[in-house]
Order: sequence, then structure tokens, then C-alpha cells
Amino acid sequence: MAKTPVQFTVNGQPRAVFAEDAQNLLDTLRRDVGDMSPKYGCGQGTCGACTVLIDGEPHLSCLVLAQSCDGQSVETTGGLADGPNLHVLQAAFMEHFAAQCGFCTAGMLMAAKALLDRNPNPSRDDVIEALSGNICRCTGYEPIINAILDAASRGGQRIAGGAVI
Amino acid sequence: MPVTVQTFAQASEAAAALSSDRDAFYFGGGTLLMRAVNEGDPRLARMIRTTDASLRQIRTSGSRIEIGAGATMADVLANRELSFLHRAARSVGGPAIRNQATVGGNLFAWTPYGDFTTALLAMEATVSLVGAGEMALDQFLAERDRQPRRLVAALSVARPTATGAFRFHKVSRIKPERTSLMCMAAHLPQSGGRVQGARVAYGGMAETPIRMLAVERALEGATLDEPGIAAALAVVCEGASPATDAIASEWYRREVAPVHLKRMLLGQGN
Repeated sequence: MAKTPVQFTVNGQPRAVFAEDAQNLLDTLRRDVGDMSPKYGCGQGTCGACTVLIDGEPHLSCLVLAQSCDGQSVETTGGLADGPNLHVLQAAFMEHFAAQCGFCTAGMLMAAKALLDRNPNPSRDDVIEALSGNICRCTGYEPIINAILDAASRGGQRIAGGAVI
Repeated sequence: MPVTVQTFAQASEAAAALSSDRDAFYFGGGTLLMRAVNEGDPRLARMIRTTDASLRQIRTSGSRIEIGAGATMADVLANRELSFLHRAARSVGGPAIRNQATVGGNLFAWTPYGDFTTALLAMEATVSLVGAGEMALDQFLAERDRQPRRLVAALSVARPTATGAFRFHKVSRIKPERTSLMCMAAHLPQSGGRVQGARVAYGGMAETPIRMLAVERALEGATLDEPGIAAALAVVCEGASPATDAIASEWYRREVAPVHLKRMLLGQGN
């Protein structure tokens, strides 16, 4: 079967792949781009583990047709840290023990990033609403919510060696 | 077998391709069809899509509001003129789903999904089909699974007669809301303190969202207080055929329906 060329950016880096007709973005990222940070959870749009940002907005990459991403900008958890400097959300998740098994974490981080990019000072209800499409079966959500509120209170800096820079 | 996808620049081309192949599916936002792709659903062999931007337009300047079938729930939420529909649009999935799920796609969501369609049904929406005229939404839903595949261009609704005349009430077991146990919507114009021309729709209470004609008749001329709505509550499930599924049993849906209809009609809903 003929494949469709798709050119897009992933975490700011230009990428070009050939996608099968009905291939989803999640498979494209993991298999063709080699970015394993978004996770395959349910494949149904229910769990949110595959959440990525497309042109700044959260999407479920398992439900996105890869070929529809031609010309678009995709951000994944793999692009959050700057070398050894963690994104403030990643640091806050560590400090608040917001990850246990960690399977949902990549999706949670991107849902949270979408929120903070749009609303740097969210209320607790805003955070709960932003995470309403993401399921965690370990933490009971409280540490995740607290981590995001903490990250918001610190602004958008990355963390180096545990210190805000 | 691999699924093929054909992309057309014009909606009319996509509609022609769709009507010529009974086994083809139209790909809108992907929240329904990509699930089937990921499951390897054997019924899915060919998908048709269009990049025609006109399908995503929302026009609010005329006497009726026209919402393109390709407009997403996020598009609806971003439009102040559609504020009466925001509650229904916000009840669809989480933020990521709302960036993908389309108004047109919601017409084809299987029960108990289709909350937004339930809201449109209570507003007596009409459906525009690409190259095939218009029809009432209730008629469209009744024929949906029996007709050849047709491409929906837009939905058209009138504005509510007054602030608060339109109501939407969703019942789910998880907050913020997830899959509906049931949802209800009503347009309740009033004259002299009495309801005139009530339109009531339920989602999750039949194979598709449905108009509740017995409830509507019972509300005609009624006041929206406990004595006034008693007749409507007495026929709360007349015409409904709720199913038993993983969310709730038929018995439970019938049992709680009057509770939620009462809350919606008295303005005590969510």
C-alpha cells in the first residue's frame, strides 16, 4: 500500500515520515520518529496516556490520523526537559510523588502544560478540569493536582540540580 | 487488511465518494473512527475525509445559528454566541477530546454518547446534507442507520427565546463528567408564566437521542413548579427504551429518570 509523506515538527525538530493511510500519530511518534514518551494506553481516547500538543492544543495521539499532522507542530513529554534541566512540571511531579507506576505521567504532563501555557495561574478546579480526560490508577490524583498547582506557583522555569533557575 | 483513507479538497467530492460506497465511513474528528481503527474493526476498510474548511465554519449573523459539521466542541466553546450550548459542549470528554470531537460526528455517536446531539434536538435543529438538502434532526436520527451514507454539512438552530429557557442536564458517575448515564435537554419558552412550545430530548435512553413527545405535551401550559411538572414526571419514560450497559441497567435508568427530569425542569440541575 502506498504511504503518505508527512512533514511536521516534533519538539521543534523538523521530521519527515511516510505514514500508512490510517496510521495514528502515536504509532508514528513511537515507531517512526523514535519518541517513546507518549504511551499507548487504551487506544480508545479514554485514558489520556498518549496526550500530546498539536499546535499548542492537547490531543490524544492515538485518535489523530498521522497524515492530518502534515505541517503541524507536535510537542511531547520527550521535549519538556532541556538536557539535564527538568521542566518545572517534571520537577514538581517528582517532588510531590505525583508518579507511581508512571504510565499516565507523560499524558498528565502534557495536559498540564497545555493548561499552564494558556492559564499560568489556574485554580484547583481549573486543574481538575484540565486533567478530566486523563486517568491515573495509582495516585488518587491529589499529588498530581498539587504538583501542577506548585509548578504554576513557580512560573515556567526549568530546574537544574534541584534548584529553580 | 489495511484501512485506506481518501482525502478530498472539496466537501462535495467527499460526499460523492461516500454515497458511491456503502462500506465507506466518513472521517471527521477521529474520536469514533480511530477507535475502530485501533481495535482492528473488520467492518472498516475505507475512510473518506475532506480538508474543506467551509465545514468548520460557525455563522451567527443570521436569524438562525449555523454550525459547520466539522466544528469541534472546542470551537463551540470559543464562540460566545453559542453560550447556551457551552454546557453541553463542555460535557463531551476532556479538553483533548473536545479539540477533536466534531458537532457532525456527535450525530453518529453510539448511545450513551451523543450529549451534544441531545442538546441540538431540544433546540429543534435542522441538518444540512452536502448536496442533499435539509431535514429535521429528529428525522435524521430516526433514519440514520437505514439510509445510505450522507455527508453532513452543518446544523442550524434558532436562539433560545430567553436566557434560561434552554436547559441541559447530564448524569454521570464521575466528576468532572465522563460517559453519560443519561442526559436531558429542554427548551422551555414561557408566556405569562406558563410553558408554551416545550421541547424535551433525552440522550442515553434509546438507540439515539430522542424527543420526549409525551413529556412535551404534559408540559404544555404548565408552570415550572412542583405541581406544574407533576404530569410530565408521570410520563417521564414514555417513548424511551433505555438499555442495560456497563454504565447502568435499564431498571436504574428508568428509576432515576424522574429525579433528573424534575431537577432540570425546576432549575436544580447541574
